Amino acid sequence: MNKPYNHTKATLALAKASFRSIMRSPSAVVFTLAFPLIFILVFGFLGGGGIKVDLAIAPGSDLQNPVIKALEETAVINLVKNKSKTEIAQQLEKGNIAGVIDVRKNTVPQPAYLANVQYTSASMDKGNILKSVLNNLMFMLNTRDLKPSVAEIRESTVHGRTYRTIDFILPGQLGFSLLSTGVFGTAFVFFSLRQTLVIKRFFATPVKRASIILGEGLARIGFALLGAVFIIMIGHFFFHFTLIHGIVTVLNMLVLSIIGLIVFMGFGFVVSGIAKSESTIPPIANIITLPQFLLSGTFFSIDHFPVWLQPISRALPLTYLNDAMRQVAFEGAGLWDVKLQILIMLIWGIAIYALAVKVFKWE
Amino acid sequence: MDRNNAIISVRNLVKNYADFTAVKGLSFDVYENEIFGLLGPNGAGKTTTLEIIETLREKTSGEIIVDGFSVDHDANEIKRIIGVQLQAAGYYPNLNLVELMELFAGLYGVNIKPMEMLEKVNLQDKAKAKYKALSGGQKQRFSIATTLLNSPKIIFLDEPTTGLDPQARRNLWDLITEIRKNGTTVVITTHYMDEAEQLCDRVAFVERGEIIALDTPDNLIDQLLSRGFERTKEVKKANLEDVFINLTGKEWREG
Ligand SMILES: Nc1ncnc2c1ncn2[C@@H]1O[C@H](COP(=O)(O)OP(=O)(O)OP(=O)(O)O)[C@@H](O)[C@H]1O
Ligand SMILES: [Mg+2]
Repeated sequence: MNKPYNHTKATLALAKASFRSIMRSPSAVVFTLAFPLIFILVFGFLGGGGIKVDLAIAPGSDLQNPVIKALEETAVINLVKNKSKTEIAQQLEKGNIAGVIDVRKNTVPQPAYLANVQYTSASMDKGNILKSVLNNLMFMLNTRDLKPSVAEIRESTVHGRTYRTIDFILPGQLGFSLLSTGVFGTAFVFFSLRQTLVIKRFFATPVKRASIILGEGLARIGFALLGAVFIIMIGHFFFHFTLIHGIVTVLNMLVLSIIGLIVFMGFGFVVSGIAKSESTIPPIANIITLPQFLLSGTFFSIDHFPVWLQPISRALPLTYLNDAMRQVAFEGAGLWDVKLQILIMLIWGIAIYALAVKVFKWE
Repeated sequence: MDRNNAIISVRNLVKNYADFTAVKGLSFDVYENEIFGLLGPNGAGKTTTLEIIETLREKTSGEIIVDGFSVDHDANEIKRIIGVQLQAAGYYPNLNLVELMELFAGLYGVNIKPMEMLEKVNLQDKAKAKYKALSGGQKQRFSIATTLLNSPKIIFLDEPTTGLDPQARRNLWDLITEIRKNGTTVVITTHYMDEAEQLCDRVAFVERGEIIALDTPDNLIDQLLSRGFERTKEVKKANLEDVFINLTGKEWREG
């Protein structure tokens, strides 16, 4: 009787119970897995229809050459013709177009053409897509006509990867899955445990409040990570989702998932505290999740949004989770490379937990 | 049995809910290893009093010592040595009884065999059932099983037999007697006077937050008789409950 009470054991017992309960709850499974998977399947089968990269053709560029022809046939690329130099410069600056290409007949016989490409720092993610597409294209053109090389691209930092729709869609769906699990799951669980007096019975045992929060949190993180791994695997093996450094990339994505989920759970605690009844949870939670679902680059890059909307998008935590996920998965960034995104999520985390501490109710 | 060794002592307990005073200066002792009953009409303040002793509610004023620990400073020590059956409580959703027992074992920091605990209240056949799928009486029995997990020194039972059939009630009396025999002190509330008479060593009658009588059931009955009380109708040697038990047998019901 005198041996000290074991808080770790209590926390783990709770985590285990909660995990079992989540796994048996249909709504949790639907929100975390089914919805994201449906979107992934839809976009996965739709193929390249998702993203367009605008590429301007410089005035005076040669138009009748295999490079331009191939670009015209590339679904991802949208060629912008007949623009003046100044127009192009302006649009490049705003990031409305991802780059400008200038193809010239070569003065020496090999290669036949030279292509000058200029990217813009205002649209780096598009620029990277463009680089991959061009590189891929050049490789194909050059190997198809084995004789004299058709063209050579004067470009140094090119990765030989194809940017597929899935590479954009999957991180967004993963982010949204984490958002809904974090907000809805946490809000419902704590509200109903309080309402059905489960927490009251817990309080009659020596368990600490921190253990209850921690146990629930661990279970939810465990569940969400399982979901994340599942989504990533489906994407990778069925739709060629790019994982540059393989397992390391997956691990980095999971670390990002944990950070994101912890932040989103903070919203869940707030919702469970301010909801007056079980039926008011979904509307309140939707106020938090829907704008992020629409504005955080889940389906479309936020660069496509009207300029006035972009600052709002850039204020939302999911935007940074999505952004970090895409950089890690497709561009092979390490966690340190996305430290800015992580920092912004952490700032959100601190703010939301400060609020949660104020509004959370135990009874 | 040492009748003078108080394991719980309550002094001048007052509880206000906003501007309503639910408990008005209660004082009583519960002796070690006795079965102590709190009786009284609905809203008298029984549950309030119990839950303050269990450290689940804040008191307004007064002093409470449980096995040497003060509810003000040692709530966690008290929680470790008591078992609590709440009048209204819920259990974690989507878990079966064995899993719930494992959860509580973790929360109390003890190692138990879930099946053995369930056997104590004859629920071994429902081990894989969800709490929600139990009948009212089975829920009560499960609730009691969770109070025994940490081999407590004191258990608090708030209307444990409400909703039970006569057999289950009797079997629960046997269980409570058994628990007491193992050295545990029992504090119980009930609205069944036959139960209190049968089980309790001493009972306190609470009305509107005040104790109006506290003694052994025998003494209280004798006092009433000495005041010249007589039943209006002579009772037969058996009652309808005896008929029920006689017709349906003594065993626990599973269904
Ligand atoms: N949380 C609360 N807020 C306000 N008033 C309360 C609260 N809990 C109990 N009360 C009031 O305090 C009084 C005592 O309630 P309590 O639950 O202690 O009664 P009880 O003796 O257990 O009754 P019962 O036999 O019906 O279980 C009641 O008048 C009740 O309305
Ligand atoms: Mg009561």
